[in-house]
Amino acid sequence: MSTLPLEGLKVLDFCWVAVGPMTTKYLSEYGATVLRVESAKRPETLRRAGPFAGGQSGINRSGYFANYNANKYGLSIDMGHPKAPELILRIAQWADVITENFTPGTLERWGLGYDELSRVNPRIVLFSASMLGRGGPMQTQPGFGAVLSSLAGYTNIIGWPDRGPVNPYGAYTDFVCPKFAVVAILAAVDRQRATGRGTHLDMSQLETSLHFGGPMLLDADVNGREPELVGNRHPAASPHGAYPCAPDVSGETDRWITIAVFTDEQWAALRDEMAADGVTDAQSGEFRTFRVRKAHEDKLDGIIAGWTANHDRHGLMRRLQAAGVPAGVVNDTRDLFEDAQLQHRNHFTWLDHPEMGPYATDYTESHLSATPGRLDRPAPLLGQDTEHALCEIIGLSEAEYRELEEAGALE
Amino acid sequence: MTDDNHNDYGPGLLAPYRVLDLTDGRGLLCGKMLADLGADVVQVEPPGGSPARNVGPFYHDNPGAERSLFWWAWCANKRGITLDIATDDGAALLRRLVANADFLIESGDPGRMASLGLGYPDLQAINPRLVMVSITAFGQDGPYADYRASDIVGMALGGFMHLTGDGDRPPLRVSMPQFYQHGSAAGAAAAMIAHTHRQLTGEGQHVDVSCQQAVARTLAHAPQYWDLEQTILRRMGAYRESAGGTFTRINWPCKDGYVNFQPGGGTAGAARSVRSMLAWMTEEGMGSPELDAVNWEELGYGTARAEIMEMTVAAVAPFFMTHTRNELADGALERRILLFPVATPSDILAHRQLAARDYYDRIEHTDIGETVTYPGHFVKDMQDAKRVGISRRAPHVGEHNREILGGELGLNDRDLARLTELGAI
Repeated sequence: MSTLPLEGLKVLDFCWVAVGPMTTKYLSEYGATVLRVESAKRPETLRRAGPFAGGQSGINRSGYFANYNANKYGLSIDMGHPKAPELILRIAQWADVITENFTPGTLERWGLGYDELSRVNPRIVLFSASMLGRGGPMQTQPGFGAVLSSLAGYTNIIGWPDRGPVNPYGAYTDFVCPKFAVVAILAAVDRQRATGRGTHLDMSQLETSLHFGGPMLLDADVNGREPELVGNRHPAASPHGAYPCAPDVSGETDRWITIAVFTDEQWAALRDEMAADGVTDAQSGEFRTFRVRKAHEDKLDGIIAGWTANHDRHGLMRRLQAAGVPAGVVNDTRDLFEDAQLQHRNHFTWLDHPEMGPYATDYTESHLSATPGRLDRPAPLLGQDTEHALCEIIGLSEAEYRELEEAGALE
Repeated sequence: MTDDNHNDYGPGLLAPYRVLDLTDGRGLLCGKMLADLGADVVQVEPPGGSPARNVGPFYHDNPGAERSLFWWAWCANKRGITLDIATDDGAALLRRLVANADFLIESGDPGRMASLGLGYPDLQAINPRLVMVSITAFGQDGPYADYRASDIVGMALGGFMHLTGDGDRPPLRVSMPQFYQHGSAAGAAAAMIAHTHRQLTGEGQHVDVSCQQAVARTLAHAPQYWDLEQTILRRMGAYRESAGGTFTRINWPCKDGYVNFQPGGGTAGAARSVRSMLAWMTEEGMGSPELDAVNWEELGYGTARAEIMEMTVAAVAPFFMTHTRNELADGALERRILLFPVATPSDILAHRQLAARDYYDRIEHTDIGETVTYPGHFVKDMQDAKRVGISRRAPHVGEHNREILGGELGLNDRDLARLTELGAI
C-alpha cells in the first residue's frame, strides 16, 4: 500500500458534532494520527443522533457519528476532572495540531488556552472553530449549522416567490467550513515545519461560510441589491428548473430532472428533442430568443413539464446530455448509492464496525494520484482506545495510567 | 515576494508558494483560498479575458469584462496574465512558468489539458514537485465524465435538491451557485494535503476532484439514513425531517421577516435553548405548561416526535409574531437560545459581530474611483490578525503580463508585442 500524505502528523482532537469531526476526518483519512477526546460522562451530540444501525439506538450505533469519525482513535477523558488539564498538557507536548470547536472561552476555563498550550509546546498549531468567532459581542452565541445558514444569507435566497424562504438541507454551513479549515490547518503546519513556530487559528463559521456568497455580498455593496425568492429561476438561463418525471418501477413519484439552458445551441437542441416526441409548442416564436423565453417562462416551464412527465428520468438525462443540453436527475439518498458515477468514484466505503456491522462512510471527493486517501478503521467505540493511546502513543507508564483511571479522570 | 500593491498585510502562511490558476468560472475559489493565505496566485486567462468575466452580477448592472462582481469576488488577491495555452507559443510560456510553480489548478473538461500536451505527466516531466489540481463536475473519468453540468444539474445529482424545498413542489437549489464552490474548496484542501506530502518527500501529484461528491458530503446524516435504516429523508419546507417519522421546525415567520429556531432535545445546548425560550415566553405571558412538562433533556438530538412538535409550533409561533428579528436575536444571545435571523445581504454587511471582528476588507478600485467591501479573513490568525484577508482587487485583463512574462521570464517589449500579434497573450 502507498504511504499516506499526512503520515506522522499528530492531532489532538476535541472537535464534536459535524463541522469539527468532518475537518479531522480529512486528516485521518490521509494518514494523520488523530486522538479524538470524548467524555463518557457526557457523550457527544452525534452519538445520540440517528440513524442507528438496524434502527436500534445506542451510544456506539449512530451512523451520523460513525461517518465523520472513521480512522480516529477514541479516548474518554472527563475534562471536568482536576487531573484532566495536566493530562492534556502532556498530550499537547506530543501533538503537532490541536483542534477544538467549543464555545470560545471553554479551553481557557480549563487552563488550556493557547498560552498554556504553547508554553509546553511552542510549535503547537491550535485550531479553534466556533459559530461566530472569538471576541466581539456575540462570541458566546450558541448555534448549529442548521440555523446558522440563515445568518449566512442562504435561507433568504431559497424558496418560491409565493411562499416563504426555506432552509438549505441539514447543517449546511457545517459542510462548507471543513474544506477551508483543512487548508488553514495545513498551511500552519507548513510554517510549523519550516520555522518551528506555532499558530492559533480562529475560525468563525459565519465568516467562512460568507465566502461562498462573495458575489452576492458585492452586489449588495455596490448595487444595493436585495435578492428575492425566485424558485429555481436563473438570471442568465431559460429554461432553468426541476421538472417532473414518470414514476419509477418501485412506484416512487417524487421523480425530477433538472434542465439548464444557457445558450441558443442548447435551446435548439432541447426544442428538437421535444419536437421528436411530437411536442411542438416550444417551436413557437415566443420562445426563440433568451429574452422572449424569459418573458414567457411560466408557460415554457409548463410545456417542458408536460413533456418530461412522460419520461423516465435516467433515459431523459442520457438523451439530453447526448444532445448537448445540461441535464441531471434529482438524486434522492437511495439514488446516491445507486448513482453510476458515485459508484465509479467509490463514493461510499463500507467499514466493519464491531457493534454496527458494516456501515457506509463518505470517501474523499479528491482523488490523489500518488497518495490516495484510505478509510480502513471504523469510528471508535466510546473510549475504546484510551489505554492504547495514552500508554502506547503518548507514553504514559502503566502506573500513571492506572492512577488516572482510579481517580476517575478517564470517564 | 515584494509587491507594491500589497498593503499592510504581513506575509501570509503560504507566502513562499506560487500558484498557477488556469480555472474558469468553475474553479476560481480554489486558488482564491490559497491567495487569501498569502500564496502568490497568478490567474492565467485566455487573451481577451476569462469567460468568468461574463458572469454576473455586474457593477452597476452594466456587463463588461472589468465589471463582473463574480470575477471580483473570486479573483481578488490574485495577479493576472493572458496566455493562449492552445497555441505553441502560449503552451511553451506556460511550461516555463510551471518549472517554478508549486501548484497548478485547472477546471477544464476532462482530457483538455492532455490534448494540449499539458496533462499531468507532461507537466510532471518539467517539475516533478508540481501539485496539479483538476476540478470538474464529476471527476476525470467515469460514466458522467463528459456530462455538462451547471449549478442546478450538479446540486440535483449531488443529492442536495431532493432534500431542499417545499414537499409539494419541485426540489430547489440555492439561488446562488454552490456546486463548483464545494468542489473548488475541496480542491484547495486536497492541494494542501498533497503539498504536505511534497514538502516531506519532493513528490508532486495530480489531484482529481469531483464536485458531485463534494456536494454529496454536505447532506449530514441523510445518506446514512438510507444505508442503516432504509429511510429516504425528504424535503419539508420550513421543517426538517430529522429521522424517519420525526421532524423539527427550523424556519419561523416573525413580525418583520423570518428567524431560525431549532426546538429539540439533547446536548450541545439544545435542551437548554428550548428551556430558555419557554422561560422567555412565560415572562411575557405566553408560556406553555405542556411544553414546560416535556423532558427535553432526555430527548435525543432531532428526535422530538410529531405531537411534541405540533404542540411546540402552536405555542412558539404566536410568540415569534410579537417580536422583530432583531429583538429575537438579541434575546437569544442574552438567553443562550439557538436562534438566528434570516439575514439579507444588507443585514450581513451591517452585522455587529462581523464589524467587531473587523471582518470586511475595503479595497480601492482606483480605475472607477470606488471603494468596495469584500468578505475578509476566512480564518483569523490570532498572532497576527492582518495576515489573512483581501489586500488587492482582482486583476484587469493582462494586467501583470509585463510584470510576470517580462520581469520573470525575461521577455522584452518586442517579444511581448510579437506574442500579442500572434494571439498568444
